[in-house]
Amino acid sequence: MRDVRDALMVARNSEGKLVRRPLSPHLQVYRWPISMALSILHRVTGVGLAIGTLLLTWWLVAAASSDDVFDRAQWFMGSALGLLLLFGWSVALIFHFFSGIRHLVWDAGVGFDAPTYNTSGWAVLIATGACTVLVWVIGLAVW
Amino acid sequence: MVEFNLPLNSRVGQGQTFKAPAGAKRIRDFKVYRWSPDDGKNPRMDTYQIDLDSCGPMVLDALIKIKNEIDPTLTFRRSCREGICGSCAMNIDGSNTLACLKPIEDVKGAVQINPLPHMPVVKDLVPDLSQAYAQYRSVQPWIQTDTPAPPDRERLQSKEERAKLDGMWECILCFCCSTSCPSYWWNGDRYLGPAVLLAAYRWIADSRDEATGARLDELEDPFKLYRCHTIMNCTNTCPKGLNPAKAIGAIKQLIVERQG
Repeated sequence: MRDVRDALMVARNSEGKLVRRPLSPHLQVYRWPISMALSILHRVTGVGLAIGTLLLTWWLVAAASSDDVFDRAQWFMGSALGLLLLFGWSVALIFHFFSGIRHLVWDAGVGFDAPTYNTSGWAVLIATGACTVLVWVIGLAVW
Repeated sequence: MVEFNLPLNSRVGQGQTFKAPAGAKRIRDFKVYRWSPDDGKNPRMDTYQIDLDSCGPMVLDALIKIKNEIDPTLTFRRSCREGICGSCAMNIDGSNTLACLKPIEDVKGAVQINPLPHMPVVKDLVPDLSQAYAQYRSVQPWIQTDTPAPPDRERLQSKEERAKLDGMWECILCFCCSTSCPSYWWNGDRYLGPAVLLAAYRWIADSRDEATGARLDELEDPFKLYRCHTIMNCTNTCPKGLNPAKAIGAIKQLIVERQG
């Protein structure tokens, strides 16, 4: 801790000498409820989307540049690595979308009670899985 | 500030094992966090083997048995043993709860017992709650009025107005919720945390209190209130079944509503 709480990390032992207190374990021992996992996943996918959107921007810019450049972009997107990145981006987008709706509903003051907040968490996961499969089945079918 | 790893002086090592007496039939391991300011060593996990046939049903019963019969140096807070004083708040089996309300039978395998997470340790299972208490004081948790009270009676409330306080007055300030919150772990210097925000809302929602505007002004702050990201650990872990996340949501809504 490098903030005002640092003052509480110092104590005196039985002989009156100053000693440094330990910080009690947190992430090391805490059992993750699903809502905690989804919360950090929402932030991770948000960051991932911001970075992944650079890839899509490159794709669009390539389409507006020339045939050669677009061919190269198309080749990369169709490669194993490109497909993997696109898959990750689509999962992140879909998860972030549904999870965002969950947060929006909370902001309206609804869905705080147990077991609703757990049910809505599972609903987000199921919706993400179903929509991802749907998007990729359609995507690969028309490719 | 976010630090996922514990500082070097806080890493937990292996401790001793206190074996169960011969002839014990229902043995359960209790792994308990130990740290003393007097030996200059890192924290450690000591293992106590307890015969459940000669122990009460709750985790607190086991801790008291350890202190009485095996190791009198074990330090923890406890008082009422019925979930109303909030003293025995600790992390049991990965969740924060009151040791007196946690049945041993609810835990599978060894019972891991740690102090409330991400707090300065005074000794063993006793965390320093000064910061949390100071934050509680900062929300001025008492009735504030401008109008004088009626000369001949109390300030009255309708049943509906009184019902708005249900789910908040029951809070015993054990700080299980605040210390379960990752936002409070990383930003507890400035974020007030769920317990204190629930206490703040208890007075905002009180029809007799006349300082609602000033209270909301005080809370409208990127850190004090808005470090809540609805992680829901607070509501998940509250041993009294209260809902701090809902109260925080209600404060956020009131702030939006008054902006018109």
